[in-house]
Amino acid sequence: MKGWRNPEHRLGWALCAPAVLAMLLVTAYPILYALWLSLFRYDLRFPDERQFIGLANYLTVLSSPAWWQTLFNTLVITISSVAVELVLGLVFALIMHRALIGRRLVRTTLLVPYGIITVVAAMSWRFAFDPTTGFVNALLGLEGAWLSERWSAFFVIIQTEIWKTTPFMALLLLAGLSLVPDDLLRAARVDGANAWQRFIRITLPLMRPMILVALLFRTLDAFRIFDTVFIQTRGAQGTETVSILGYNTLITRLNLGLGSAVSVLIFVCVIAIALLYLRGFGVTILHREDR
Amino acid sequence: MAQSRQMSHILGATSESGRPTIARASYDGRMRFTPSPIALRLFCLSILALLLSGCGEPEAATPLLRWYVFDEPSGAFEQAAADCSAAAEGRYQITLVPLPSDADQQREQIVRRLAAGDAAIDLIGMDMIWTAELAAADWIRPWPAAAAMQARAGRLQSAVESATYAGQLWAVPFTTNTQLLWYRADRVDQAPATWSELIARSERPGATGTIQAQGARYEGLTVFFVSLLASAGGSVLSPDGRSVSLATEPTRRALAIMQTLARSPAADPALATSREDDARRAFEAGTATFMLNYTYVWPSARSNAPEIAEQMHWARWPAVDPDRPSRVTLGGINLGIGAHSRYPEQARAAALCLAGERQQRQAAIRGGLPPTIATLYDDPAIRATFPFAELLRATLRDAVQRPKTPLYADVSLAISHTLHPLHEIDPIADVARLRRAVARALRSQGLL
Repeated sequence: MKGWRNPEHRLGWALCAPAVLAMLLVTAYPILYALWLSLFRYDLRFPDERQFIGLANYLTVLSSPAWWQTLFNTLVITISSVAVELVLGLVFALIMHRALIGRRLVRTTLLVPYGIITVVAAMSWRFAFDPTTGFVNALLGLEGAWLSERWSAFFVIIQTEIWKTTPFMALLLLAGLSLVPDDLLRAARVDGANAWQRFIRITLPLMRPMILVALLFRTLDAFRIFDTVFIQTRGAQGTETVSILGYNTLITRLNLGLGSAVSVLIFVCVIAIALLYLRGFGVTILHREDR
Repeated sequence: MAQSRQMSHILGATSESGRPTIARASYDGRMRFTPSPIALRLFCLSILALLLSGCGEPEAATPLLRWYVFDEPSGAFEQAAADCSAAAEGRYQITLVPLPSDADQQREQIVRRLAAGDAAIDLIGMDMIWTAELAAADWIRPWPAAAAMQARAGRLQSAVESATYAGQLWAVPFTTNTQLLWYRADRVDQAPATWSELIARSERPGATGTIQAQGARYEGLTVFFVSLLASAGGSVLSPDGRSVSLATEPTRRALAIMQTLARSPAADPALATSREDDARRAFEAGTATFMLNYTYVWPSARSNAPEIAEQMHWARWPAVDPDRPSRVTLGGINLGIGAHSRYPEQARAAALCLAGERQQRQAAIRGGLPPTIATLYDDPAIRATFPFAELLRATLRDAVQRPKTPLYADVSLAISHTLHPLHEIDPIADVARLRRAVARALRSQGLL
């Protein structure tokens, strides 16, 4: 309450107010509405049969093998794509940072995949891996339908994700790299540290906050994967993700209650991932001036 | 302390120097965030125009009817809209609004907009499996008795049946379709009459992929199952459409045929992802001897693989019992009237014109879509397009409807998810599994 006496504090809130209002309108309202809907048995085709059933929808979802299967699939895609992206992204960031000639060209080239719409990228890779129209089989001298077997389909999906979003990771890490003071690196060199030691002992620790921010962003993004899977397999061959499950329930089956419960559970997972990063790895993006 | 201070300083720099870089790069090539004054003014003007046009539309002299239908490549639908608009002499004007080519996406778009009360949807080219769903939700208008009489007149009984729900007609039958057995006359003299004969005859050593069917996890798998089940004398739902039927004996026989086919060397190795178009391509490539597919494969083979089309013959879909003719799943498009349309009268008149004899002939000859008017099958021009017209009409007469329930989408998902992949079917245990899945879908419960 003390804060309200401080005119600067009040001005701050007044200036924030429009943004806060807009956020409430466009994010808080739908989220709360989804929470509300998830407590009902509610099918869009039979609006009259709407009925309050408490947490029964959540019980249905959590006791269904389909939910755990899709959650597992989503985690497979998330963990493997983010892990590869981190390593590749770091390499690309270093290349972009250290490039001596054609720096702009290098940066632009590396960023091209990120500028391509996800649906287009997913389609292109689907055609590339197609046994009749694609080049991949011809190139590797293989025969076989990649998207008709579970693990090869996962491979295609994950590599599409990696191809598409590594530039984003690289960009965030590049920002982290530019934070490492040159003086520090030079001083370490004078003290006799070799390139590897300088990278492990100085560059990485100083980049740590930025790496964690990049990981957080990408994990949250990857967990909600929809378009690539939708285009490439539509969830067949056991590659269905939680977002596709929610889409099928909400949009195809028009089951607003059950679908909202799935969406809320996805939201809870996303929050859990965020908390894990914030608490578990100590990412400090908030309240940095307080200490 | 000093270190954490330095840390926070670094973090401060992160969000100040890091963010703009990201923002600039990720928006690059997509949009600029400083609109020029002219662009801003144009934007405001266009918003204003949009508001004004929204107010002005109901006063228009000629009612504009929007016809939502799948994107027909030959232009027969466009021609039909133009012809009927001209024939209406100012009573209405029809514009064609193409829907996505994928049937699931057509339904998603139509259903979402109808649920939101969209008044711009006047005429809907409805896949016949939507009839019960749209009717039960009051998203389409029932046809009054007099108009319904007109809509039924002269049309194939099975097609009229597909547009009927709860004793009322909800749409006028426009085009229809069903599968036939296509085979290579240079490899077999006579088409097999039953499934066991078909599979036994194709199982020569080394002959893989000689039978082409639909085994991917999608609507086509449900169609395959419904045809087999009906040919074995069973049905998915009870006659009132409220409870599961799936009698043990016919269901087991249908599942056994699916399993035998999938495990047979005669099936395509990629059966688990095979849809209608994959079957067509394999047949046109010359590898397949038999194919179960819709009539569109005939014009396609004639233009893509003329030498194979020479040898391409047709027969009735194989039976399950030698003494019971097969019953094949019906497909097709019916024209319904959106519940929120401002011009239901005109829309009904337009639907009758669009599904009239002249337009059906156009759709058949140009687009290869079989007509629902029974006498058109005797028309010489139609017989030239469909040399198999007689067989098609006979198959259509015995055709089976897919389960008639507002929850059809759920039921179909339940069937295709339970039975996929076909080679893992257990004809005995899966009868109970299938019953449970369909029962849950009918209660719209559980995840699928």
